[in-house]
Amino acid sequence: MPKEIYAKAESFYVDFERKTGPDKISTHYCPGCGHGNLHKMIAETLDEFGVRDKTIFVWPVGCSVFGYYYFHTGNVQVAHGRAPAVATGIKRAHPDSIVLVYQGDGDLAGIGGNEILQAANRGENITVFFVNNAIYGMTGGQMAPTTLPGMKTTTTPLGRTRENEGLPIRVVELLSALEAPTYLERVSLTDAKQMNRARRAVRKAIQAQVEGKGFTLVEALAPCPTGWKIAPTDSRDWIHEQMEPLFPLGAKKDVLEHVESIPGEPRPFVADGMGEKLDILASSVTQARKGTLKEEDYANPRIKVAGFGGQGILLLGVAFSECGMQAGYEVSWLPSYGPEMRGGTANCHVRISDPKIGSPMVEESDVLIAMNRPSLEKFEPDVRPGGLLLLDSSLIDIEPQRDDVTILKIPATKIADDIGTTKCANMVMMGAYIERTGILDLESVIEALPSYIKRKKTIPMNQQAIAKGAEYVREHF
Amino acid sequence: MTEVRKPRAKPRGTVEIRVDECKGCGYCIVECPQKVLVLAKGFNRMGYHPSEYLGDGCTGCGICFYACPEPGAILVRKLEPVS
Ligand SMILES: Cc1ncc(C[n+]2csc(CCOP(=O)(O)OP(=O)(O)O)c2C)c(N)n1
Ligand code: SF4
Ligand code: SF4
Ligand code: SF4
Repeated sequence: MPKEIYAKAESFYVDFERKTGPDKISTHYCPGCGHGNLHKMIAETLDEFGVRDKTIFVWPVGCSVFGYYYFHTGNVQVAHGRAPAVATGIKRAHPDSIVLVYQGDGDLAGIGGNEILQAANRGENITVFFVNNAIYGMTGGQMAPTTLPGMKTTTTPLGRTRENEGLPIRVVELLSALEAPTYLERVSLTDAKQMNRARRAVRKAIQAQVEGKGFTLVEALAPCPTGWKIAPTDSRDWIHEQMEPLFPLGAKKDVLEHVESIPGEPRPFVADGMGEKLDILASSVTQARKGTLKEEDYANPRIKVAGFGGQGILLLGVAFSECGMQAGYEVSWLPSYGPEMRGGTANCHVRISDPKIGSPMVEESDVLIAMNRPSLEKFEPDVRPGGLLLLDSSLIDIEPQRDDVTILKIPATKIADDIGTTKCANMVMMGAYIERTGILDLESVIEALPSYIKRKKTIPMNQQAIAKGAEYVREHF
Repeated sequence: MTEVRKPRAKPRGTVEIRVDECKGCGYCIVECPQKVLVLAKGFNRMGYHPSEYLGDGCTGCGICFYACPEPGAILVRKLEPVS
């Protein structure tokens, strides 16, 4: 592949403006790090195929977490090990895009071991670049699943042993046992000959996706001079001598010539009859019609619901989004699972919206439903000026601080208790909120309850709770 | 009578190191088949000794370009061979 000019690929940004600090021209990688070489090979291929503008990278946690500093493409950075799952979603939603997954060995073979296995097994039409540097680089040189026997790392100070830590995982060999992957090759980022092979493998793997030929992965043995504590120029010999015998180079699977293009369109979702198949009552439920908004200001609310575990906080979020959906709104529901989930507080983010929803996160809220005191204290500052604050006055014994929001004190737990169970305090709040804003039709919401509450016995009480919450607002505000 | 063949003109090229993008890892120097790259005595902005072209002998093969991890530190051009 001789060229007239070898220069920075156009798929890279001219200046790395996203990079922090004064230097916007060089990467954040250590001198001699293999990530940069692989980046260049990918970038040149995107240039060659002219697919930069429809390429979406999914970046890992690890030293390449900042890949989006460099590539003038779509970029998503995801949780540790989860890139193949996120890439699956992106590719299915945008089958015409080129989805490139980039992962280190800790990310792919360690914490994300199952993700890659399942994505490969499904034969997702994505391309995975797997950087095997035998170590966790970013966190300072801990053992990775690919660490060599005898190799000293911060977590194997006496050297990795078969007895204690097991032998290294050979990822391409492992995946080649699966039926679906179409091309799996291991290359090494070392001398000129191997670099050329690596470039060809990168090109082939991306081309396979352009042609819709299923799951491909290129594993690159890459220097991490910092983690290995050797000079860059020694690190390439180290790969030849230490890594290549254990991780043999070459294609472990290549059936690209024999595979037909996989149709790009994911199987369409057919809602008809799904209710019966899943044995849910949805089909027998009357559609909740839109209510009549009491004020313009109540449109498209960003709602935060918070309280303690056991108050049905997450279920209240589900109820809002379910009814909103049945009423024809765009909705989102995002439960927040922190360490606090265990025993402490729970909260969820809900959006009900006419326009499409960009992000399900609710940071500033239009509405806060606070079911206990810590939730009020924690989230009250995030309500927008002019917003709505509903609090359970049977449990919250302090006054809210804000004087620029509308406050509705609802003795929800007390009302629920009178109905027969404190557990339906959440639905009292639902009724109160709907009555106040008119965002949904109250009667329809009451009728729709069986579509998200499965325990039939509790349905009448919950329905009563919604009605009582609404009644309280009508009578007191 | 054997025809005397003219020696084939050596391919010519030129290499440019963008000094402030170079981290002095030395890969290009080790890999260059013509051995026309060396580490400079001076420092660049980041405090590395950057790679430096001796000024002559580059064939434009591009090996140093792929040896280098930095996206833009090396620029190689092929020149018309001298006849
Ligand atoms: C859920 C989670 N667990 C652990 C970490 C800490 N962590 C950050 S990077 C990393 C390892 C990365 O190693 P690797 O995938 O080999 O990439 P490299 O840095 O070598 O390129 C770990 C364990 C994290 N960020 N998130
Ligand atoms: S620690 Fe290793 S993998 Fe991370 S940037 Fe440095 S050389 Fe590269
Ligand atoms: S292009 Fe080839 S000959 Fe010229 S400096 Fe680079 S490696 Fe050496
Ligand atoms: S390979 Fe690149 S970064 Fe390393 S010394 Fe050469 S020009 Fe500098």
